[in-house]
Amino acid sequence: MTTDPCAVRAHDLGKTYSVRGVKGGVRALDGLDVTVDRGIVFGLLGPNGAGKSTAVKVLTTLTRPDRGTAVIEGVDVRRRPDHVRRLIGVVAQRSGSDPRATARENLILQARMHGMGGHAARARATELLDRFDLAEVAGRLVKTLSGGTQRRLDVALGLVHRPAVLFLDEPTTGLDPEARTAMWAEIRRLAGSDGLTVVLTTHYLEEADRLAQRLAIVDRGRVVAGGTPDELKGELRGDAVHLELPSGSVPAQVRAVLESLPTVREVRVAGHGVSARSDNGAAAVPAVLAALERAGTPAASVTVARPSLDDVFLRYTGRRYTPETGPDDAPDNTTASSEAAPSARQEAAR
Amino acid sequence: MTTAPLTSPASRAFTVPRLISHTWFLTGRRLHALARQPAVIVGNLVQPAIWLFLFGSLFRRVVDIPGFGHGHGSYLGYLVPGVIAMNAMNASMWAGVAMIEEIDRGTLNRFLSSPVSRVALMTSGVADQAVTTGLQSVAILLLGLLGGAHYPGGIAGCAVVVAAGVLLGTVFGGLSNAMGMLLRQREAIIGFNVLFMLPLTFLSSAFMPTALMPHWMRIITACNPLDWAVRAGRSALTASPDWGPIAARGGGLLALTIVCVAISVATFRSYQKSV
Repeated sequence: MTTDPCAVRAHDLGKTYSVRGVKGGVRALDGLDVTVDRGIVFGLLGPNGAGKSTAVKVLTTLTRPDRGTAVIEGVDVRRRPDHVRRLIGVVAQRSGSDPRATARENLILQARMHGMGGHAARARATELLDRFDLAEVAGRLVKTLSGGTQRRLDVALGLVHRPAVLFLDEPTTGLDPEARTAMWAEIRRLAGSDGLTVVLTTHYLEEADRLAQRLAIVDRGRVVAGGTPDELKGELRGDAVHLELPSGSVPAQVRAVLESLPTVREVRVAGHGVSARSDNGAAAVPAVLAALERAGTPAASVTVARPSLDDVFLRYTGRRYTPETGPDDAPDNTTASSEAAPSARQEAAR
Repeated sequence: MTTAPLTSPASRAFTVPRLISHTWFLTGRRLHALARQPAVIVGNLVQPAIWLFLFGSLFRRVVDIPGFGHGHGSYLGYLVPGVIAMNAMNASMWAGVAMIEEIDRGTLNRFLSSPVSRVALMTSGVADQAVTTGLQSVAILLLGLLGGAHYPGGIAGCAVVVAAGVLLGTVFGGLSNAMGMLLRQREAIIGFNVLFMLPLTFLSSAFMPTALMPHWMRIITACNPLDWAVRAGRSALTASPDWGPIAARGGGLLALTIVCVAISVATFRSYQKSV
């Protein structure tokens, strides 16, 4: 084993994909730095297209970076990909299980591919089927299983060879709320099991907030902020006050009004709304609304919230966090992904 | 769970035992999936059976045309190697669609992020194709036998027919896989297949000897690998095969097979770079 105290170390990763019709290609990674300590759940949080999945592809040897270094458990990803593949388990955004084989067959094949003997492979499959509550469906073809059950099998497939680092790329995208909650419990359980390091990518703020012990916020191919969720939120000092404006009003004008008030600060225009911070949001709201009434540009609604990762994202990127549902978002076998997305904003508004 | 990962120190990226065992498991995966669908297996044989018996009956008398040159054999017997070659091509042309499904599903990437032998990912496809095409070819030979065809060439002749079918299937399977990985569009493969399937079949001696073809058609037919398979097989099924031309056509097929597999391996590399 290695003496490297870190499970994952990536430095200055860069990757540009050539895309037809796009001059200079699409820059997926632009100097991404990540260090993950052993035995924790580490979250890579960012909107779709931020570069999270590309980072995972580099770290799991699927793609080679144009520049930078990546090391897993002290083993260089570029120089010794085959060694790295034995150290890592991967649960990709897309399922990857064989739909035309049974759950048990999928597990046994994966174990055999990792060099286990027939007996050991069967025993390991049984063990994982029990552990992930799949024993009842072990003999069913994967294509007949529900999305949540398939996802549990995916995680089991990633763990067959007892990896040191497990990558979970958007593990709950496309799951219904119930299956998502079950998956969260599963991920917490994984992190508790002796020393496994979990690298989780997600575009759900709530998910990152609940699961990750440390976070890196990724935007446009680089890490814009890092720390524990509490640290990140703590840096913000104060409550978030968010105003939605009626159509026809000018956000810049509203911003000017707010900036003249002593009780709020860090006023920003975000979409068709204006956000600001206040040491005591509830106390500041009447003054804000009164000032807007006087200026003749009243707000449509106002929300006050304790700092959330949404606010962290806004602060570091200058944009509100609105993970749009792209085609990459919905795996082929699922349809209910957008409706299942927990609304980060509602969560923050509570 | 234990933390100790299964790290065999410095396992080399490419070892022959691993290639063989991984090819075995991955081929088994594919064949297992097929064996689960007996209806598909039967269904796949319906089309060649229709060609065999429909054309065999409809054009029964064409063997009487002067210059047909099939000795005393029936038209059904004449058709068997043609239908086997046609079936081998038709069945294999769709390999690329399965490849696209594996890419879309993420199965291929799952294998690529685990220590699966890269070569085995390709060889298992070829092996699966070979076993499937081989079995189908044997089934068509048996169907012909049931219909009253005779194979004076015996077991050796039948073996050549099956081998030619397998090689031809590998050629088109390799091309189809390459197309699947490069274009990633089912429609492209479907379009290609619809466009080429029948012309390639009828620009060969599968249904009609070249002696009865117009000159320009004969030239194209001579360059058609499907025709090489048909002729090598048909010639081997006669009572006294002329092994020289059979070997030449078989060698041509083998060479083309190697080229097509090489193309699909090369496109596989380019796929890996595009992930």
